[in-house]
Amino acid sequence: MSEVIKLRKGLNIKLKGSANKELETLPVPSTVALKPTDFPGLTPKLLVKADAVVKAGDAMFYDKYHPEVLFTAPYGGKVVSVNRGERRKVLEIVIETDENAGSVEFTKADPTSLSGDEIKEQLLKSGLWTFIKRRPYGVIASPNEKPGSIYISTFDTAPLAPDYSFVIEGEMDTFQTGINALAKLTDGKVNLGVNESSAFSSLKNVEVNSFAGPHPAGNVGIQIHHTAPLNKGDIVWTINAQDVLFIGRLFETGKVDFAKIFALTGSEVEKPKYYKTVLGAPVETIIAGKLILADYKQRIISGNVLTGTKVKSQCYLGYYDSQVSVIPEGDDYEFMGWATPGIDKFSASKTFFSSLFPKKEYTLTANLHGGDRAFVVSGQYEKLVPMDILPVHLLKAILVNDIDKMEQLGIYEIIEEDLALCEFACTSKIKVQDILRTGINTMIKELG
Amino acid sequence: MNFIKNFFVKTEPLVQKGAKYRWMFSMHEGFFSLFFVPKDTSKSGSHIHDSIDLKRTMGIVVLAVVPAILFGMYNTGLQHFLAIGEAASTGFFEIFIYGLIKVLPVIAVSYIVGLGIEFVFAQMRGHGIHEGFLVSGILIPMVMPIGTPLWMIALATAFAVILAKEIFGGTGMNIWNPALIARAFLFFAYPAQMSGESVWVALKEGDKLVDGFSGATPMANAAAGNINFSISDAFFGFIPGSIGETSTLAILLGAVILIVTGIGSWKIMVSTIAGGVVMGLILNIFAGSAGLSPEVATYFSMPFWQHLIIGGFAFGAIFMATDPVSGAQTDKGKWIYGFLIGILAILIRVINPAFPEGMMLAILLMNTFAPLIDHYVVNANIKKRMKRVKITA
Repeated sequence: MSEVIKLRKGLNIKLKGSANKELETLPVPSTVALKPTDFPGLTPKLLVKADAVVKAGDAMFYDKYHPEVLFTAPYGGKVVSVNRGERRKVLEIVIETDENAGSVEFTKADPTSLSGDEIKEQLLKSGLWTFIKRRPYGVIASPNEKPGSIYISTFDTAPLAPDYSFVIEGEMDTFQTGINALAKLTDGKVNLGVNESSAFSSLKNVEVNSFAGPHPAGNVGIQIHHTAPLNKGDIVWTINAQDVLFIGRLFETGKVDFAKIFALTGSEVEKPKYYKTVLGAPVETIIAGKLILADYKQRIISGNVLTGTKVKSQCYLGYYDSQVSVIPEGDDYEFMGWATPGIDKFSASKTFFSSLFPKKEYTLTANLHGGDRAFVVSGQYEKLVPMDILPVHLLKAILVNDIDKMEQLGIYEIIEEDLALCEFACTSKIKVQDILRTGINTMIKELG
Repeated sequence: MNFIKNFFVKTEPLVQKGAKYRWMFSMHEGFFSLFFVPKDTSKSGSHIHDSIDLKRTMGIVVLAVVPAILFGMYNTGLQHFLAIGEAASTGFFEIFIYGLIKVLPVIAVSYIVGLGIEFVFAQMRGHGIHEGFLVSGILIPMVMPIGTPLWMIALATAFAVILAKEIFGGTGMNIWNPALIARAFLFFAYPAQMSGESVWVALKEGDKLVDGFSGATPMANAAAGNINFSISDAFFGFIPGSIGETSTLAILLGAVILIVTGIGSWKIMVSTIAGGVVMGLILNIFAGSAGLSPEVATYFSMPFWQHLIIGGFAFGAIFMATDPVSGAQTDKGKWIYGFLIGILAILIRVINPAFPEGMMLAILLMNTFAPLIDHYVVNANIKKRMKRVKITA
């Protein structure tokens, strides 16, 4: 194994409510849903109507600009509704599950005996292609391009993140099958980012890169930057660790199996632990009866507290998420909050007495703790981004819509999650992730 | 505290757009958010946010200036009683109270004028009050001689806030440090009133000076080739000078607060001092060269480290150069920026005795060049990235 890449910059945010390593399998939910809004930049074209009966793996819709990329039903049953929002934008396609609906039959074969094109075709048809994302930009990969290599991070350093070695523990062979399939899609290598003494280090057919350090060391973007930084024109693909299992199961059984483990975490959860359910399950099934009864508002987040999406309990879980976080909303005034000693106020700065207790765990709310301001403090973001990138200058280039500068300052190398800590720590409460996505959208629009 | 909250919550609809008291919107927002951190929660992006905000940041800086303020009050009293020859017979508290009475009006004028202008501009722009002036408002009195008339303080503050800050867009947008612009304005607009020996000591009509008392600062004396100040007096601050800048010790206490909390850039502080030391050493080396007038040669030969404890060097290095808005913003840029401030401050101070306060000019000059320094640092980053392309291509 290569030597450990040690990252010094970054920050671990210690929150209360990390998940115990305990797994409960939930019954199949009565409904599941696909949400086109989970895919930035997608224009969905529906292939099913309400009342259609579908099997798991049947195509539901495709991307207008990449018709070969299909999005398929996570579970068989009857399409009960297509929920639309403003201007008839499709928000949810809801399926009433039926255990006897069955699955579409795909080829069952050892991926090492298949060609890259055969694997690609199977992934596209089964809908599993949608789990492969591309860098730059962090959007679904285009089947026409050839990636220099593929990157998978096997650990997540975000606050309260699930432990993938626990999640994947029982399915290591399936994970290997998934990797074997992915390896056929690139002329380069499949790069696995691992942390200390990881069970993933023993996998074959991969290049293992070992990382140590605080968040965002577990972000795949950071790992790419430290192994082979992206330049203009380079393309690599990434996939979430748990999603590799979907691919492994497809080739091992010839059927799609979207069983997925979520970590239910956060200070508002009575007993934080892991739950096994299905992709696209309602948030309700995971959180029902498991939150602390409170007389204040709680915020439910599909994903982690830095990059996740705010959801209601009747919403459905995010497509790429492996975690549900619940924190207090914190929507009340705080008397002289900025002037208190701040024993229980977590901060990346050292301006509160809490910085004297580095091991303490905190309950953080969704409160902004201050008003919007212009950039004032300098050097704050740089401490949190373990990359050779000048985040503030990149963001300013985006704000003035200077495409050349965005490119020169490294917009190809990052997506929102890589700068999420800056948004957390920002004194001026600048919306870093929104700005960055605006910049990425501009790049996609102007340069494709 | 509920009645304060209720008052602000109830009056909030009255200052909304189109409502009767819209013209008080900024003031309402300013005071409400001063008393209560707003209840706004995250709507997009990160769900959790750091507890720090600009009020906290600026509050820490003001806290760091407190030792210098308190000492400045004491020293104002001390210099007064020294001048009239009663220092030995006057108690500590009497000295301090005298200084307090002299200094408080200066601080009050600075805040009232500055914040007043800030409120007007914020209201014109339709946004809340931004906190920048909390710090500028205390730094302006600190760099003024105690003898400055209050109307001059008011004029300089107004000039700095309007022309050095608000016309650029307010907090976070200014090119130069507003407090130093206020000082520079007086320095160039009222040179007669702002120099000489009487401006450094608070005196009233009828005060009789004792024989041999000179109100000249050690720096002014040094520029005249007369280096005779006591090292310990200069370090502890028992010398004439601007209100907050005399005590190196009090300033160092502030530096500790800024460094421990991470609010002030230690890189700028260290590099500024390093620049000062290097220039001091260079001058020492050339002290013997021919062609120097005797006064200048004496100043050249002053031990390099003594430059750090006289004049505004320490105060400038800790509180002015570290202003994150007007200083360099890249990590590498900060080293260069600070170092050049140190070099220039000592150079101007010694070579050009017409400008004894070299620190002020050095910082303003480097404020001007900070974007240029950052430009080159950013370009270096870009070049590195572009080079990578060529290697792999």
